[in-house]
Amino acid sequence: MASTAAVPFWRSAGMTYITYSNICANLVRNCLKEPYKSEAINREKVHFSVSKWADGKPQKPTIRSDTPEA
Amino acid sequence: MFRQVAHRLLTRSTTNHSACAAATILRPYSTDVSTDASSGDSAFVEAWKKVAPNIDPPKTPIQFMEPRPPTPSTLPSKLTVNFVLPYAAELSKAEVDMVIVPATTGQMGILPGHVPTIAELKPGLLSVHEGNDVKKYFISSGFAFVHSNSYADILAVEAIPLDRIDPAQVQKGLSEFTQKLNSASTDLDKAEAQIGVDVHSALNSALTG
Repeated sequence: MASTAAVPFWRSAGMTYITYSNICANLVRNCLKEPYKSEAINREKVHFSVSKWADGKPQKPTIRSDTPEA
Repeated sequence: MFRQVAHRLLTRSTTNHSACAAATILRPYSTDVSTDASSGDSAFVEAWKKVAPNIDPPKTPIQFMEPRPPTPSTLPSKLTVNFVLPYAAELSKAEVDMVIVPATTGQMGILPGHVPTIAELKPGLLSVHEGNDVKKYFISSGFAFVHSNSYADILAVEAIPLDRIDPAQVQKGLSEFTQKLNSASTDLDKAEAQIGVDVHSALNSALTG
């Protein structure tokens, strides 16, 4: 028996809740006044490195960053 | 995964049917389980004493946890609110009279003695009422948990006081996303544009309302 709970429009379009929540948060941050807007954008900057693994060894890492390369 | 959930829901409800009752695993609700485990698991302690009677049994993780605070028998006069964001705690154990949260099912007022609830929040206005003071925040999205001892936990990703909202940006965003909604082709584009329209119109009504 299939569950008949109504799905939100973003779920039926293939989006997860986290993606939806992050999009909402980004839109709200964009509508802030200065200087709060730059504080918020600074706070949310990320910098991390990801590497896929194959045969028990890490492959070449890719660095994803919001900070410009110094 | 959903097929299993549906099956379990069915077996839970059919306790009258004798054949199914034998196969039903009756699990207690979390509010029925005793939360004071300071004496430890009795079966483990007995088994330990048989093997090593002179050594004290080690403590298990549950003994280090504080028991759930008991539900007071009389209605508390104030609601204790924990309003938290990922980077800061806006309100921490603040005693207030009422909180109005923007749940997906509409604006929901939470008073002391509210029935335990879990509510998903949509972008909208949150107002905290303490005596004659009302503090309003615009929330991007989140959850609100109301517990039986009149504690409310409100978790939001972004919460901004109304005076920090830029009305020009809100109007610009609203028109931009309404345009995107009209010209969107794929489901995902339509969903994103719809989210944009929802958030900006909520911001708009928060500013004007």
